[in-house]
Amino acid sequence: MTAILGGRPEGLTALSLGDDEFDPRSRLVVVGNGMAGARFVEEVLERGGGEQFAITVFGDEPHGNYNRILLSPVLAGDQHEDDIVLNSHDWYADNGVRLRAGVRVERIDTAAKLVSADDGTLTPYDHLVLATGSYSFVPPMKGVRTADGGLLPGVYGFRTIDETRALLAETGTCRRAVVMGGGLLGLEAARALQGHGLQVDLVHAMPYLMNAQLDPEAGAILRKSVESLGITVHLDVLAGQVLGEARVEGVLLNDGRRIDTDLLVVAAGVRPHTDVAVRSGLEVERAIVVDDQLRTDDPDIYAIGECAQHRGEVYGLVAPAWEHAKVLADVLTGTDPDAEYHGSRTATKLKVAGVDVAVMGINTPQRDDDEFLVISEPKRGVHLSVVIRDDKLVGATLLGDTRKVAFLTQAFDRGAPLPEERIRLLVDLSDGAEEVGVAELPATTQVCNCNGVTKGAICGAVADGCGSVGEVMDRTRAGKGCGSCKSLVKQIVESAADGNLVEDPAASYYVPGIPLAKPELMAAIRERDLRSVSAVFAALAPGGVDDAKSKMGLTSLLKMIWGVDFLPEKDGEFINDRVHANIQRDGTFSVVPQMKGGVTTPAQLRRIADVAEKYEVPMVKLTGGQRIDLLGVRKEDLPAMWDDLGMPSGYAYGKSFRTVKTCVGSDFCRFGLGDSTQLGIDLETRFQGIESPAKMKMAVVGCPRNCAEAYVKDVGVVAIGNGKWEVYVGGAAGASVRKGDLLATVDSPGAVITLAGRFMQYYRENANWLERTYDFVPRIGLETIQQVLLEDSEGIVADLDAGMQRSIDAYTDPWGQDGKEPATPGQFRPSLPLIDLPLVPVR
Amino acid sequence: MSVSELTVAAPVTAPTAHVVGRVEEIPPGEGRTFVVAGTQVAVFRLRNGSLHATQASCPHAGGPLADGQTDVDVLVCPLHQYAYRWSDGASTSGAAALRRFPVRDRDGDLVVEV
Repeated sequence: MTAILGGRPEGLTALSLGDDEFDPRSRLVVVGNGMAGARFVEEVLERGGGEQFAITVFGDEPHGNYNRILLSPVLAGDQHEDDIVLNSHDWYADNGVRLRAGVRVERIDTAAKLVSADDGTLTPYDHLVLATGSYSFVPPMKGVRTADGGLLPGVYGFRTIDETRALLAETGTCRRAVVMGGGLLGLEAARALQGHGLQVDLVHAMPYLMNAQLDPEAGAILRKSVESLGITVHLDVLAGQVLGEARVEGVLLNDGRRIDTDLLVVAAGVRPHTDVAVRSGLEVERAIVVDDQLRTDDPDIYAIGECAQHRGEVYGLVAPAWEHAKVLADVLTGTDPDAEYHGSRTATKLKVAGVDVAVMGINTPQRDDDEFLVISEPKRGVHLSVVIRDDKLVGATLLGDTRKVAFLTQAFDRGAPLPEERIRLLVDLSDGAEEVGVAELPATTQVCNCNGVTKGAICGAVADGCGSVGEVMDRTRAGKGCGSCKSLVKQIVESAADGNLVEDPAASYYVPGIPLAKPELMAAIRERDLRSVSAVFAALAPGGVDDAKSKMGLTSLLKMIWGVDFLPEKDGEFINDRVHANIQRDGTFSVVPQMKGGVTTPAQLRRIADVAEKYEVPMVKLTGGQRIDLLGVRKEDLPAMWDDLGMPSGYAYGKSFRTVKTCVGSDFCRFGLGDSTQLGIDLETRFQGIESPAKMKMAVVGCPRNCAEAYVKDVGVVAIGNGKWEVYVGGAAGASVRKGDLLATVDSPGAVITLAGRFMQYYRENANWLERTYDFVPRIGLETIQQVLLEDSEGIVADLDAGMQRSIDAYTDPWGQDGKEPATPGQFRPSLPLIDLPLVPVR
Repeated sequence: MSVSELTVAAPVTAPTAHVVGRVEEIPPGEGRTFVVAGTQVAVFRLRNGSLHATQASCPHAGGPLADGQTDVDVLVCPLHQYAYRWSDGASTSGAAALRRFPVRDRDGDLVVEV
């Protein structure tokens, strides 16, 4: 049996009281439980419609409501199917909505106002909403269907979770795939399948990719980007025949070529689901015809989403569908009985096959005096163009670089004035202009196109007390559709929290539960001699109430301030710090022994190997930090493993100093200019285990060839000859990539250790909780940091050195400590005792 | 004519009380998992002294809730920081609600009803 996405656990059933006869509410029936139908129900409930209407939702699929836009990441394996559930079955039950999942509506008796479904039931309605969406269009091809009308085995559409699951299952056994259709879905499917190791051929009937959105030139550049991924692209050709009897074996193109394949994905567009409407006698052209209140020609029947045709337009995007849902909810609940929908100006921003694309309006000039500006860089895969008419932006196409999309969307939607130098529409001519831009965007600018969230709504949420990007996203739903606007949302939240226009005190708190910024918090802790997390809550939190999400940050801060005088409380620590290991997705842990500078010995390796075998460690993996990771360790095995290893903790789990990568430097390397290995070992010995606002990773390299990647570390050290060393700070090579800034060039390993310690202490005392150095250094400014650390402009260098020394003196190896004697009862007891961990098979 | 569905609740057996351990087995502010009549139950002792019992694995992705962090209002799962209210088990982050069990302190014994 296949699992029901967003289903209820077995044994739980909704109890229906069956008192319909006495229900005074009018009956609202929604046909379709997709992106439009379910959103409409949410909008109705938000307007208090639960008291007005007894709501029934019919869904063709047996699942709860899920985010169809995110099927591509599920197919690619980037997201789990559970993560795309929008409304589970429980949600419907909790909100008093009757969900008839897996039931298909066959026709509507508009005279008797009854819906008849394929399970033989008749359901009466007062108001009926059709949100039947679209289906994958399968072009006529010989052999694509079996005798019973179903698709030949191995041939799939790409529209539902069941199709996605089936495709995922096929990736295990198939080697080759043909994807038919070079639009958005086809490209996404091709990319995802290719990511599973399949050899993918993409067949597109038009002369260039994404022809509905792009101009030929941009399409050609996209083709190069797609081909560089290893996908073979066939343009301007139709597939006329599907080969294979019991299962697909290949496709025959109209130009006579044959492509052998194990799998055929048809993504050649969608068609509105209109058969119920047609059978029920409603007016249907390309889709179900509706007026400005989304009403069909029957006054009690409405249509929204992709199955609706409004003023001649049928939309295939989620944003218009959600606008439909809002307007119709306003009308039906009476919140705004005169609400009208006047069409959507579609601006699309998406990531297709790894390439950023944003499109709005027209993509080529249509009149003689239209201005047309194109920047084409085929080598970089970048193609940008704008069309301007009468000083107004009427179209823009951005491929490969969408940094300017916010400005352009604004100019396009609102007719905002354009810069005289038109090139400024597409490129920033001066540094830092982009940041100014976010602050200058008008409040009406739509930031999240999926959920129709404006900059004003985001700033409003910040003003209402949302203290983090996550909270703002929860409150406004910005970034909760396709997710491509998340970075813009983040920029706006940050600018709103820091700026003068919107005051949000919570944004400046070090931790959410204590209303103090870091300097004031540190002063209060010292002044009142608060040495434990519970003492801080009792003294400084409103009402003395503790806050789970503040505990970890406070523990780290108190450790830094008090050193050995800190009073530890285990519940103030994150689980990783409680058991000194990194929690994994199945509840097991990973164990990384210290390996200073990435240097090990045969004896150490032998011991690690013995331990891995003794405890049946499912995976042994080299880390990016030049160490060895033992993954899938049961919590209860941790102390015995540490004992057998006899090595100190590598602190691979903490918001703390992690590791120092090194190259072999002057010991063996022909090019080495300095003894980077020894300096790395010395740095790690001095700073091991030091807690900090976020993790700190280091590297030392013996020459500027940078083999251990020192330029992209929180602190990176580079030997440049003649005994000199460069110290870089604020580098990163994770989700953000940033080359560090050169803090100073010093002339001895001892000076490197002193300066690195000073910088790290300055960071520990001044950075926000979880703020990495790559954000901290630009925020404070390199020049300020240089003045403070090198010229002692604030007279604090001696304090910084002393503060760091206090933490170094407080260091103890946690494995040596808790391994012998647990810190609390049951510290290493399993938390899921009935589940046989690890869930990963031993390699 | 109106056709209404009739859905019947699953047979429910009355919950029974079980002594699962001693209160002091749970450090303040933390949780520990106990197996109660074949069911995994995570029991928490908050800093304010109150006791709470929930299902042991997170409704979102199966994370070990006893390894989570707590305050007087919520429990936070260690895997993806989904938070659940003690008062009704509801998620403040949009996940499904948590199943809760009655738990009390009887002369230092932890009594859980499952």
